[in-house]
Amino acid sequence: MNNEMDRREFLKLAGVGGVVFLSGLSANPALSLALPTKDFFFVQLSDTHWGFEGAKVNPDAKGTLIKAVKEVNSLKQKPDFIVFTGDLTQTTDDVSVRKARMKEFRSIVGELDAKIVRFMPGEHDASLDNGETYKEFFGETHYTFDHKGVHFIVIDNVSDPTGSIGEAQLEWLKQDLSKRKRDDNIVVLTHRPLFDLYPQWDWATKDGAKAIDMLMPFTNVTVFYGHVHQENHHMTGHIAHHSANSLMLPMPVAGSMPKRQPILWNNAEPYKGLGFRNVLSKSKKDQFELSEYGINAEARV
Amino acid sequence: MKKFFETFVVLTLCFGYSIWSTAIGSNEPSLVKISAKKFEFTPKQVTVKKGIPCIIQLTSEDRTHGFSSPALNLRADIAPGKPTEIKFTPQKAGDYNFFCDVFCGSGHEDMEGKITVIE
Repeated sequence: MNNEMDRREFLKLAGVGGVVFLSGLSANPALSLALPTKDFFFVQLSDTHWGFEGAKVNPDAKGTLIKAVKEVNSLKQKPDFIVFTGDLTQTTDDVSVRKARMKEFRSIVGELDAKIVRFMPGEHDASLDNGETYKEFFGETHYTFDHKGVHFIVIDNVSDPTGSIGEAQLEWLKQDLSKRKRDDNIVVLTHRPLFDLYPQWDWATKDGAKAIDMLMPFTNVTVFYGHVHQENHHMTGHIAHHSANSLMLPMPVAGSMPKRQPILWNNAEPYKGLGFRNVLSKSKKDQFELSEYGINAEARV
Repeated sequence: MKKFFETFVVLTLCFGYSIWSTAIGSNEPSLVKISAKKFEFTPKQVTVKKGIPCIIQLTSEDRTHGFSSPALNLRADIAPGKPTEIKFTPQKAGDYNFFCDVFCGSGHEDMEGKITVIE
């Protein structure tokens, strides 16, 4: 069975599984309403690839992230927190350039109007030095935190350059899950897809199935990730996986082209395929509402 | 008569050896050598025959790379100074992509190649 879904299919399934997926909204009226105590929302930004150069793909490589920061800051209601799901910077062999990019990135996102900003690495940030430089700037590569009754688990599947979680981290995950009740609300944040989205393009985590197996006994699990530079909504059993758009370069649908390469910039539709996501967590219904936002081409930087 | 017998034996042995060695040769796997370095495989396109066992000998000239062809169910790490061999028998003609699946730097995403299996 092909578990990839278009939006209509996902909505249909969501109605059964307790997850609501909203997309394509330029503004979500629900977010401007007063939220009940335990309801909250967070913003997911991903694959900003700060330092990328390629005018044919994104002639505004130095402006897109800054525009996104302004867009997030202009949301009517402030998010409880903001999370970046990896590939903050474009990779480089030069450690000094890597540090400079991370420093610049940190400075730009420091303008975000949010009390809490969480990070995790992508392979571009961490795979060449097992996450050492990343840790200097952003801290641990895997960790947990709790927010209004939801347990968040950040899984690092990139510091190992083979794109694996590794036995040590899997044991850490097992220990963390042993403290959870089966009906706890659990959100996993990671960079690469934990399932085999398209291994032919390396869109997978080698030992991701082990993590999914550990999560499977829990009834309320949702995964948010990046890496594939586009929205993708997938179910492994009752676990929903949502990938986010990039904020630097969009990628084609898996297998739709012979070669994995970025979609070229289209002057008629600037910033198409780039954007960020709001996730509204509704405690009473144990559900998430997703709203996708594009980049406002008119925004002044 | 003795001379004729000796000649017959020698020719028989030579002919027999020739047939034996040909037979052995046909059963020997084909050897394909692929070298990896940032950010390319050399050669990047190889051709093998369907049904004939094949050994892909992988070497790295610089750092650890990966070799992955999910469609052929082949994968290996390629560590520098340590040739790695993958043995397989292609079952179906066609083109099969392979790529580096150990992140190796700014050109990693372009490090790929193709195995063509012919009838």
